[in-house]
Amino acid sequence: MFVYLDNSATTKPRDEVIDEMNILLREDYGNPSSLHRMGLKVEKKIKRGRDIISKYLNVKSSEIYFTSGGTESNNIAIQGIIEANKNKGNHIITSKIEHPSVLNILKNYEQKGFKITYLDVDEYGIIDLNQFKDELLEDTILVSLMMVNNEVGSIQPLEKVKEIINNNKSNAYLHVDGIQALGKIDFNIKKMGIDSFSFSAHKIHGPKGVGCLYIRDGLNIKSIIFGGEQEKGIRSGTENTPGIIGLSKAIEILNSEGNSEKKYLDDLKNYFIEKVKENISDIKINTAYINSAPHIVNISFINTKGEVLLHFLESDDIYVSTGSACSSKDDRGSYVLKSMGLKNVEIESAIRFSFSIYNTKEQIDYVIKKLKLRVEEIRDIMMR
Amino acid sequence: MKNVISISVGEVALKKGKRNFFEKKLLGKIKAATRDLGSPNVYRELGKMYVEVNEDNIDKVINRVKKVFGLVHLSPAYKIEKNLDSIKVNSLKALKEAIKKRKIRTFKVDCKRADKKFPVNSMEVAREVGAYILQNTEDLKVDIHNPDIYVYVDIRQKVYIYTEKIYGYGGLPLGTNGKGLLLLSGGIDSPVAGFMIAKRGVSIEAVHYHSYPFTSERAEEKVKDLAKIISMYTGEIKLYSVNILNIQKAINKYCPPSEMTIISRRFMTKIAESIANINNIDCIITGENLGQVASQTMKSLNVTNSSVNIPILRPLIGFNKTEIIEIAKDIETFETSILPFEDCCSVFLPKHPVTSPELRDIEESEKVLDVEGLIEDAINKMKITTISI
Repeated sequence: MFVYLDNSATTKPRDEVIDEMNILLREDYGNPSSLHRMGLKVEKKIKRGRDIISKYLNVKSSEIYFTSGGTESNNIAIQGIIEANKNKGNHIITSKIEHPSVLNILKNYEQKGFKITYLDVDEYGIIDLNQFKDELLEDTILVSLMMVNNEVGSIQPLEKVKEIINNNKSNAYLHVDGIQALGKIDFNIKKMGIDSFSFSAHKIHGPKGVGCLYIRDGLNIKSIIFGGEQEKGIRSGTENTPGIIGLSKAIEILNSEGNSEKKYLDDLKNYFIEKVKENISDIKINTAYINSAPHIVNISFINTKGEVLLHFLESDDIYVSTGSACSSKDDRGSYVLKSMGLKNVEIESAIRFSFSIYNTKEQIDYVIKKLKLRVEEIRDIMMR
Repeated sequence: MKNVISISVGEVALKKGKRNFFEKKLLGKIKAATRDLGSPNVYRELGKMYVEVNEDNIDKVINRVKKVFGLVHLSPAYKIEKNLDSIKVNSLKALKEAIKKRKIRTFKVDCKRADKKFPVNSMEVAREVGAYILQNTEDLKVDIHNPDIYVYVDIRQKVYIYTEKIYGYGGLPLGTNGKGLLLLSGGIDSPVAGFMIAKRGVSIEAVHYHSYPFTSERAEEKVKDLAKIISMYTGEIKLYSVNILNIQKAINKYCPPSEMTIISRRFMTKIAESIANINNIDCIITGENLGQVASQTMKSLNVTNSSVNIPILRPLIGFNKTEIIEIAKDIETFETSILPFEDCCSVFLPKHPVTSPELRDIEESEKVLDVEGLIEDAINKMKITTISI
């Protein structure tokens, strides 16, 4: 039985998405900037796509910018906000468990002389609001946090973060990396007072190479990509039209199916966790029961090696992910799990299972059966 | 326009009675190395070899031919008419071409007359050509002891003129010295070991041990990539991939942990011997080196040797790591070797391996294992791939 449980890495594109994209590749291949009818046809499709997305997110369509994906969205927002506001201060707050596309931008600014605060997280990967309050200073210009962590699925208390920003009369902007959150948890960008928000198509059964950035109208931001002034100069470059239409189709489906899909994933995840606990001893579940996304669960199988277990499962046609490579050198372990205070034996034996609507309970039963066997097999070798 | 590559052969020319055999082998290897570059004409002339090329693919052909073992150096040359005027004009042309590429103040004409029927002797040719060059250039002087450039005039059935010598790897043509089975890991050493033995005329096949799923498929891909690079020197390589997980499991279960490495090593060597016997291979080649890691001690090598009867060649035995790395970089395997995928899982690496194993102890430990059965099973399940550029 083939079971794909690496949906945090990427997801299978929906058939409807592929069909829509095919039309753009085969027939409507015009450049939306062209003055003729072929250009206009595609321009209209993109406009419709932008409307679908803005409606789903409850924002204005003028606030939606198409990009090449999550990494580019984070780069445009973070660098753009810093460049436009560096006269007001040079302090930025983020967390220790952000995606590399956030951490590495900020490391770069740190080298240029900016002060960066990396917030600690607790054993479930959630930031400490008291620490945040203490670190928020007058010269803080930007707070960049992820809504859902990609390795353990923890959900950050962003409403409270915004509340603290407001109560302290701070002018800091709030950028949110929403790449793992979209379609998986409920949120309201406007109500939460988010200034910019990144997401990506291939995490929601859309194509790779396309994503989105929400930028609140009126936000002070500078362009970091220069060219033909597409996307109001925020993201120059000929539009990835098949990608954009694929993304909007994926979101259109989320709009109608999203709520039942969230419930489906939540049930599946809970079923999985219960079965693992029932069948396999000596484990540590690194994902919290509450305040976690419905599609990710991270578990350490003590006295195994994550990478070895991954390859064993792969030989059973089951595909998962690990935060660490099979090596005695501990510097290769997951920085997220390390920040959560896990011991080395827990980090090197951690596996991330991430679900999608294409997974079933039958698949879970099969995975549990194999998992139990493989964990025992590896422990048999390792515990001598 | 340079229209030919002139090739000097080294040791091959010294093999008195077998010279013709070696030269024919070499000619075949050069042809094989350039077959997909439009099969340029390759021919022999009085102890030298020539590849006819055109200017657009001369660099490509040189890069390929350079990797053929048995040739000492090669030169892009003009093949010209056999008369003094033509020699003068083309010598000047070759020199002027070189001046465009680098600063040259002094030169020397070096003439060899293999064809004694040519009416002017080599001293006179050199003098005439030198004078002609001096007349037709400015600021150039002759320096017969330490010139910036040599202009070579080679008078044979035709005349060849060149100024550049590109060094090859020397050695002997492949296949003139039997066949060896290289134990190829993903590391830095084993590809270098294979290269060094192949250079002495030994054809190469390779065996790779892995313990999937304890190791990644990427580790195996890496070994295939390395085999591909080696095949640029050796031609097509047959690669045997053997999964030894069951063997490692058995050792892990029944033998002392400190003996894991040495017993595994003996198994790998025995499997290699079996593969060699089945495929008419004459020796095993490893990248082992004295003292590089705890398992590479004299005693360990002895205990490994005792497991088989076939000769084990270890060309890197006395090399320093830096010397090995230097060759690995030169033959272009280094960048691939240092990729992170390991072919041995740390689970099976003992914390304290025995460094001075006694053969008696090791043989005693192995008694509990079904050695023959485990080897037979591993060989039955092995996969064979043919790797070529």
